[in-house]
Amino acid sequence: MTVTSEQTSSPAQTAQPVLQAKAIVKTYGHVVALDAVDLELYPGEVLAVIGDNGAGKSTLIKCLSGAESPNGGEILLDGTPVNFRSPQDARVHGIEAVYQTLAVAPALDIASNLFLGRETRRAGFLGSVLRMLDMPGMRKEAKGHMSALGIGTLQNMGAAVESLSGGQRQAVAVARAAAFSSKVIILDEPTAALGVKESKQVLKLIQSIRERGLPVILISHNMPQVFEVADRIHIQRLGKRAAVVDPKKISMNDAVAVMTGALQLAPDGKLEEAG
Amino acid sequence: MSGATQTPSSYDAAEEFLDRRTRAQQVQATMHKYPWLSPAVVLVISVIVFGFLNSNFATPNNLSLITQQVAVVGALAIGQTLIILTAGIDLSCGAIMVFSSMVMAKTAFDSGIPGWLAIILGLLVGAAAGGVNGVLVTRVRLPPFIVTLGTLNIFVALTLLYATGRTIRDAELATGLSWLGETFSVGQVRVSTGVVLMLVMYAFFAFVLRYTAWGRHVYAVGDDADSARLAGIQVQRVLLSVYLVAGLIFAITGWILIGRVGAASPNSGIDANLDSITAVVIGGTSLFGGRGTVLGSLIGALIVGVFRNGLTLAGLDVYYQTLAVGILIILAVSVDQWIRRART
Repeated sequence: MTVTSEQTSSPAQTAQPVLQAKAIVKTYGHVVALDAVDLELYPGEVLAVIGDNGAGKSTLIKCLSGAESPNGGEILLDGTPVNFRSPQDARVHGIEAVYQTLAVAPALDIASNLFLGRETRRAGFLGSVLRMLDMPGMRKEAKGHMSALGIGTLQNMGAAVESLSGGQRQAVAVARAAAFSSKVIILDEPTAALGVKESKQVLKLIQSIRERGLPVILISHNMPQVFEVADRIHIQRLGKRAAVVDPKKISMNDAVAVMTGALQLAPDGKLEEAG
Repeated sequence: MSGATQTPSSYDAAEEFLDRRTRAQQVQATMHKYPWLSPAVVLVISVIVFGFLNSNFATPNNLSLITQQVAVVGALAIGQTLIILTAGIDLSCGAIMVFSSMVMAKTAFDSGIPGWLAIILGLLVGAAAGGVNGVLVTRVRLPPFIVTLGTLNIFVALTLLYATGRTIRDAELATGLSWLGETFSVGQVRVSTGVVLMLVMYAFFAFVLRYTAWGRHVYAVGDDADSARLAGIQVQRVLLSVYLVAGLIFAITGWILIGRVGAASPNSGIDANLDSITAVVIGGTSLFGGRGTVLGSLIGALIVGVFRNGLTLAGLDVYYQTLAVGILIILAVSVDQWIRRART
């Protein structure tokens, strides 16, 4: 079986990628997790990254978000090479990530979590000398961020995160990323632990982030969800990029076939059966 | 959750159901939110019960005596709380306290430097000792239990070597060193300056933990260090600062100890490390980190003080006091486990 070249997505955009990875290599001892991987993220798009277990999805986004340092290759942000040594580093450059583990502090309240690591202080003596935090201000601002993303169900910003449902916790983590990101938002399996209804809320969140013009990288196992929200799909296989496809022009089955290696990208840009 | 008949699809009905919690779950949720609440109830009840048992218990003099007996362990418990909040533990706190107190007393005694300078030296030594713990925990990545078990022995040995087994008596202390043992009257009650300093430290650290970024970060690190790192908190730096600050608190407690004992002895405060952990645990702070308050530790220290004092007045043998404290610890941790299962 061969398929036409329209199914693969050579990026139609002529714009400069917001975030670009060039030949990223990451090894753990003898294990090559990333073998010269390229990735391009264009302004205002949702780029899904799919792949089987061990394909290197998580390592790829860890390199992009500063949680890991690649051994080789280059990461460009708006065309300028960057070198992230920590998640904090990437954050300063406007890249926010939501990890599978959520990275929220359960015992702290919603506002404290939203502002964790970048708290704002009170004005005047209380803030400058006593270093007192501006709790009411942060709560008010947190509420603003939440409603801007259409998360109206969370009313009390002083509620501990552990008192929330899984979907609400995810909403807090995504809202934190959306509130402080100026360039890119990376979401790693945001719906993995969620029920149907909660997943829908998170997908709506992703769409409202795109509407605000921020590009999103979405790592997911869930094909229907990927095909619902993604503009382009980056398929990772065995530590390499197998193909980048357009979800409007390829079937879910073919995407899975590329993921598992049943289909592969021929030199002419078509997908063909692996021989 | 008995009687739940909702199917998973009736989401809103389930939400509504969650609001109809049983009385026990409401209590659990409230205690979850205010971890110092149950120790506070225990403290009030025990004061009332001991007051009924012995008419000498609830007198101003006796209550003032209890606060003075609690001052050393209470102050030590502040530093211990900080460390336990980060899911660590410090077995060396008592040794740091005694080491600092010996440095304060002996440098002044040997070289005749003024008392205030000796105190500053002692505080620096305490902070440095805490810093050693912190470096071993954050740089060498050893578990806090092992680190402080080792430094406990090291600091005890250093104290004995430095003091050459000698106690520096009240008359030999430089001016200012025993200042925290002095008392003044408020109405009928005698209050010692050491107790006042302890309360000031409690107020200060309650504020710091609640209202500063550093305080919030201490909770976040203890809750889940990996999450805290991914959220952009410099976990190792926060941990190191906690051990440094705790060392300083232990040294200040060393100064209080000199005032309380009226001398600087290398053999005082032997059990203080375990007593401080007892106060923290009874005060509702979780040994797993991320949950608890300094206010709870003050209440915990007071509960132990009230029990020991009340049982003595009731004419019970000292062994029963120890038995009571042991039961309290088990009860406190059981309650903590129960509260942690709460889904508020």
